[in-house]
This record gives sequence, C-alpha cells and structure tokens, in this order.
Amino acid sequence: MSEPTPARPVGRGELTARELARWTWRQVTSMRTALVLLLLLALAAIPGSVVPQTGVDALAVTRWKDEHPKLTPIYEKLDLFSVYDSIWFSAIYLLLVLSLVGCIVPRLGVYARGFRAQPPETPRHLSRLPDHTTYETTESVDEVLARAREVLGRRHRVRAADAGADSVSAERGHLREAGNLLFHLSVLIVLAGFGVGGLYGYQGGVILVQGSTFGNNLTQYDDFDPGGLFTPTQLDDFDFTVDDFEVEWLTSGAGAGTARGFQAGLSYREGDGESEEYDLRVNHPLSIADTDVFLIGHGYAPVITVRDGEGEIAWTGPTVFLPQDQSFVSFGVVKANGAKPEKIGLEGLFYPTFELFEGDPISVFPDDLKPLVSMLVYTGDLGLDSGEAQSVYVLDKEDATQLTDDEGKPVRLDLSLGETVELPDGLGSVTLERVDPWIRVQISQTPGKEVALLGVVLALIGLCGSLFIRPRRVWVRARTLTADGSPDGSGETTTVVEVAGLDRSGNGEIAEVLADLVAVLKNEKEPRP
Amino acid sequence: MNDAAWETLSNQAVAAAGLAYFVALIVHLAEWAALRQPAAREAALVGADAAAGAPVESPAESAAPSERVAFLGRLGFLVTCIAAGAHAVALVGRGMAADPNRVPWGNMYEFTVSGTFVVTLMYLALYRRFKLAWMAPIVVGFVLTVLMVAVIWLHQKVAPLTEALDSYWLVIHVVAAVIATGAFTLGGIASIMYLVKMRSGDDAGGWLGRVPTLDALDKLAYRVHAFAFPVWTFAVLITGPIWAHEAWSRYWNWDPKEVWAFITWVVYAGYLHARATAGWRGRNAAILALVGLGTLWFNFIGINYFATNSQHSYALEAPAAVVAPVVRA
Ligand code: HEM
Repeated sequence: MSEPTPARPVGRGELTARELARWTWRQVTSMRTALVLLLLLALAAIPGSVVPQTGVDALAVTRWKDEHPKLTPIYEKLDLFSVYDSIWFSAIYLLLVLSLVGCIVPRLGVYARGFRAQPPETPRHLSRLPDHTTYETTESVDEVLARAREVLGRRHRVRAADAGADSVSAERGHLREAGNLLFHLSVLIVLAGFGVGGLYGYQGGVILVQGSTFGNNLTQYDDFDPGGLFTPTQLDDFDFTVDDFEVEWLTSGAGAGTARGFQAGLSYREGDGESEEYDLRVNHPLSIADTDVFLIGHGYAPVITVRDGEGEIAWTGPTVFLPQDQSFVSFGVVKANGAKPEKIGLEGLFYPTFELFEGDPISVFPDDLKPLVSMLVYTGDLGLDSGEAQSVYVLDKEDATQLTDDEGKPVRLDLSLGETVELPDGLGSVTLERVDPWIRVQISQTPGKEVALLGVVLALIGLCGSLFIRPRRVWVRARTLTADGSPDGSGETTTVVEVAGLDRSGNGEIAEVLADLVAVLKNEKEPRP
Repeated sequence: MNDAAWETLSNQAVAAAGLAYFVALIVHLAEWAALRQPAAREAALVGADAAAGAPVESPAESAAPSERVAFLGRLGFLVTCIAAGAHAVALVGRGMAADPNRVPWGNMYEFTVSGTFVVTLMYLALYRRFKLAWMAPIVVGFVLTVLMVAVIWLHQKVAPLTEALDSYWLVIHVVAAVIATGAFTLGGIASIMYLVKMRSGDDAGGWLGRVPTLDALDKLAYRVHAFAFPVWTFAVLITGPIWAHEAWSRYWNWDPKEVWAFITWVVYAGYLHARATAGWRGRNAAILALVGLGTLWFNFIGINYFATNSQHSYALEAPAAVVAPVVRA
C-alpha cells in the first residue's frame, strides 16, 4: 500500500521529464488524492441538483433560460445545464478512475504474490506491541505451543513450525484485502456499464392514440435522445398497436381525482413473428429484444371533424391535447389546411368533466365524464406553407385572422360530445365526434445495465468483506522459567506464555480477542467452534 | 375496523408516541441532572483526581444519587419502549387505513414517521450491545423533534399509493434506505458527542462523564457507519436503480433525489476511505461523518422544497400523469 507521498523536493536542474512523470503518477495514485477526488466528486454533483438539467427535464431548462436571460450565457459556458456530461465533471471522475487503476493494479500484484505467504515470524519482543498479555502455567512449553497451534489453527493460517521455534505465529482475515480489491475493481465495472449505456443507448418518446400503431423506426418517434455512439441499425424490428387504454379514477377519499391502474392493452409483433398481447402498466415495462417499452403518461385526444365551406371534410381524426395540470384540462390545436375557401385553424382547451364555476369554465374531475372542447377560430395564413417545421401542438397565429362575431367579439366554439357547430360566414362546421385516450410511451435501449448491476452487486459483496472481515495477527510465545527466574531449564519450572496481537484494520477489539485466547489456552473456556 | 377508524387510531397513536417520547425525554434529562450532583460534590471533596478517575461508576459514597440515576435510566428506557410501541401502532394504522392496505411510506409524512421509528428501534436494539444509555436523551429528543415536525408540517391524509410507488422493489428499497438512515443518524450522534466531548477531554465530569471515552465513541461511530454504508449502497445503488428502471425507464437519471443520494454515498465512502487509508480518526472523521449526515437529511426532507423537478416528490403527482409536452417536427 502506498502511503501519501510528500511532495518531493526537486533540486534545480534535476527535474527530468521522467522524474516529473513519475512524481505526477505518484501524486495521482496517492491516497490523499483519491480522497480529495472523492470529496470533489460529491461537491461537483451539487449544481446538477439545483440547476435544471437538459437530460432530465428539457422543458424546465427552457423555462429557466427565459427567466434568467443574464445568467444563461454564463451557465451555458460552464455546462451547468448538463453537469454530468460536462468536461469538468468528467475530468474529476476520469482522474478518479486513473487513480483507482493506478492504485489497484499494484495492490493486485502484491496480493497475488502474498496469497500463499506464511504468516511472518514472531517478533522478538512481543511485549513491545500495544496489545499483549502474559501468564504463567505449569504446562510445558511444548504443551502450550501445541495447544496454541491447535486452537489458532481453527480460524487462522498458522506459520509452519520452524525448527526449535518457541512460538506460534498465526494470521487471519486475508480475504479482507480481497474484498477491498473486489470492491474497487467493481467500481470500474459499474462505470464501464454506465458508460456503455450512455454511449450506445437511447431514449425515445412517442404519444400514441388508442388504436394507432407504432413501427420502431426513427421517423416514428416524437423525441429521440441517442448516446454518442448510437447507430440506427441498433433499433430492434418490432411494431405494436395500442388496442385500448384504461384508467381507474378514484372518486372518493384523500386520493380523489387521482388515477390508479393505468393499463394499456398492446398487441405487438417482433419482426415477422406472431402477434402477441401485453398489458402495459406502470412498473411493468414490455421488453422486446433489447428494447424496453414503458408507459409513462396519458391524456385525451378529442376526435374533431372540420367541414369546410364546400361541405368537404377538411380535417378529421383524434387530435392530441396536452394536459396542462392535474385536472387534465388540456390544450390542443387543429389545422385544417385544405379547407376551402379559407383555411381553418382551431385552438383551445379540452375539459374532461366540464362545469361552469361562477361563469368560468373548469373541469371538476379528470375523467372524461362530461367532455367539452372550447376553441377559438382562426383563418387565413396559418404559416403552414412556409416550409418550416412546425409543432403540431402550436398554431402559428402571426399572419392569421381571428374570427369574430358581429359585435367584434372572438368566436368561441363550445362543443360537447356529438355536437356540431356552424362557423359564421359559411366557412363550414366543426363536430366533436368522440374522445379517445392517448398514452405516452418511452422506448429505450440501455445496453450495459446488466454489467452495471453485476458491478454494484460485486461491489457490495466486496465492501462487506472489506468492512466486516477483521484481519489480525496473533502470536503466542512460551518459555520455561526456573524458580529463581533464570531460564536454564533446571529446578522447578513454570512456563511463561506471552500472547500478543495486532489488529490490522485498526478498528477491532484486540484486547478482548487476546483475553479470550488466553482463557482458552488456560483451559478455562472452550474454544469457539 | 374501517379505514377511517384505522386512520384515527394512527393519528392518536402518533400523538401518544409523541407524549411518551416527551416523558422519556424528561426522565432522561432528570437522570442527567442527577448525574451532575455527585460528580460535582466528589470533585469538591476528593479533588481533581476523583473526577478524572472513573466518573462513570460513581463510588459508593454517593450511593443514593447513583441509584436514582440508574432508576431514572431504566424508567426512561421503559417509557421509550412504550413510545416505540405506540409509534409502531401508528405505522400499522397508516398502512391499514389505506385501501388497498399497503406499506406506510407513500408520502413525506409517512416516510418521516417510519424513519424516526427505525432510529428508535435501532437505538433500543443496540442499547445493551453498545451500552447506549448515555445516548438516551439525545436520541429521544431527536426523534421527538422530527416527529413533531412531521405532524405539524408534513401531515397528510391517508391516500392510496401512487402507481409508480406501488412496487415490491420500492418496499425493499425503502426498508433499506430507512434502516441506513436510522443507523447513519445514530452514528452521527456518536460523532457529534465526540466533537462535544473533545472540548472537555476524557476526564469531563457530569453527564459528559457518562458518555464513553473519545476512543470508544470514535470506534462506535465507525462501526455503526460501517454497518450503515453497505445498507445504503444496497438501497440507493441497487434497489433504487432497479425500481427506477421499471417505473421511469431509466435506472439512473441524475434526478435531484438521486444526485443527493449519490452525494451522501460518496461522502460516506470518503469517510470510510479516510479512516482506512489516511488514518483519519477522531475529529476529522467525525466532521466528515456529520457532513454525510447533513446531506442525508437534506435529501430526506429538504430536497423536496428546493428542487422542483424531482420525480421523487412523493407529495406530488404520479410520474404517469406527468407528461412533458412534446414538440413534433
Ligand atoms: C471511486 C472511488 C473510490 C471509492 C468509492 C472508494 C471507497 C472505499 C471504501 C468505502 C473503503 C473502505 C473499505 C474499508 O474500510 O475497508 C475504501 C478503502 C480503501 N481504498 Fe478506496 N475508494 C475509491 C478509490 C480509491 C483509490 C483511487 C484508491 C487508491 C489510490 C483507493 C484505495 C483504497 C485503500 C488502500 C483502502 C483501504 C484498504 C484497507 O483498509 O485494507 N480507493 N475505499
């Protein structure tokens, strides 16, 4: 084990590149550096919990940037919106990895070489050790030593008897170092698994209305966040259809108005295989080949039909509305681009259980018990012809004209289920046919997750070994003593037994261990099994 | 018994537990106060040597007060046991009041009540083995305070578990996390006492004389931390990620709660590391342990108020209802 090396004084002119490299390597692999890096890692992780992170919640980042225009450029420079991918965070943990490798490799070597080694010879002066004790007995030296060898032999590795030895040297707890090495090695395994997941994995999300089918290729995803080394050929070949979706709404008790038992019935097919059924639920993802499909959200898609002034259907179909809050009042738009004579755009809110409360529209319950869409109407240029990509959830109203009634008030369409409302000026009509549910699924590949899991489990095993195995050395030395105290072997003899121990973890209760051992040697107590 | 009755029972049991903890605290404080007198008198009578000698076992001459101390100590322990019983009833009541019945940690209130219960339980369990009598008023005072905070600020009516929390991995995860939290807290108390006692040294009189020697405190702290650390590792680095993977499709997402669990882990790893390699004992190690404890409790309670984007915000909605608006090209 290398001790913290003090900065070596370097005389002028003596500093060769090699020495510098060696000195640097020593610093990097020193215990103190490892400790500093560990604590630095903890410190460096803090900003990511305070500043919103792109990888966690991109929307929150956008919002934060809008609110703090002055700080944003500074934060961006410091990579504060993606702390855990930032150069400075990576630098710390890469240094730690380097330090770890530099520390473990030599220790592995030392351990391997020492694996079969005998316990060391008994020190000459046992009484100089901090924990030692002495007693006298009438048993002979050989008897004492034989018994010590037997007792210690049960739970220790005992040094083979040297010729004429007056002592027994025993050692236990070798596995502690093995556990410690396993732990540190496993940290590397975890990092490797984690790294592979980050580089080769991906996360994608898509909203699917009940009845629709998802084929697993890039164009079908709403959002897609691949790792740096991801290639589209990794995508598994499958598709699935959302047959139905059910939610159970709690109508009473403290949880009233919250949902339970989300369940989406899927039929899926891998490659050209048979179609299979799966009930997708929270906490119960569907695994297809290397890909996992998770249910992470839901909402309403009112089926709206727009007929234009010529009576033709200009738009029909489920239109995904996005929930604004827990009441599931949702926001959505319709773009009937082909409507004639005028294009028609609708924008408004969906109320699952509509009620007027003091003149204001609200939803009293998140289930769609009494649905209503309430929308404003726009005509003219909806920005769809500019060729620029547009979100389907936003209506470009910049060049559009809002429809107003005779008094100049905006026209508002309030449609309950099955209702049709005529637009003014013969522009057409709008119908709310029915309301379909939609679900949001997250689809991801996380290669290396098994490696990471294996790594932590091994780390935990190693850690327990490292923490709970108490390595120690124990020595017993016996000498004959004549009555007058001179060890000349004549006259009436007693045997002086010296027992000493060294706790190598520095945390054990060595004094108790010695007292125990002495009691056993004196036959006052049975040895522990 | 119906759900409402269980809930009422639970609320009453928490109140009863609080009251019993309060009584236990008073008894233990009286015990400490009784300790002061003999030590002070002895010091005056016999001089400095006696106080330096063995302040724990007061010599026979002051037999009466030391008997009273022992009695108060036993009484306090007994009352704490009663409090723990009521505390347990409160937890069971919470679980039974929910429909369907469930583990009592669906929100911050229940989480805190469970966490403090484990602190008490571990204290009672280790009381003999580690001779924790000296710790009594601190543990009881701590539990009482946190319980009070829970009742006043965190109380919520019983509600079913949100869907994402309904997983057996959660049960394992939370049990482990709560056990580790309880143990870290006990270890932290030993570390605090180390720092307090360090100022007066091993030959302090009065109640500080009752506290184990610096060396013993240091070792106690280490042992408790060495127990808690693997449990914490299991909770936040094994079961946590497994559950997160099932519920949110990402086993590690750098969510604020995860970040702070990680920070706590790293700080305590630093603590063990420092002891094992840098030979840090005593003061430095104690300070590091307390930094760890700070991050732990901050994560437990504080983070919910500072970070708005935590998926772990038990009090808020289930992740399944959270839908980030998506921009489709
Ligand atoms: C990812 C970073 C690291 C973590 C999380 C970590 C964690 C730990 C922990 C928890 C212990 C305590 C186990 C015990 O008390 O036996 C420990 C011990 C130890 N670590 Fe690390 N460590 C890290 C990096 C390093 C590095 C870089 C080195 C070398 C420079 C190192 C060398 C050691 C040594 C020598 C011991 C003590 C072994 C003993 O007491 O027998 N560790 N480490």
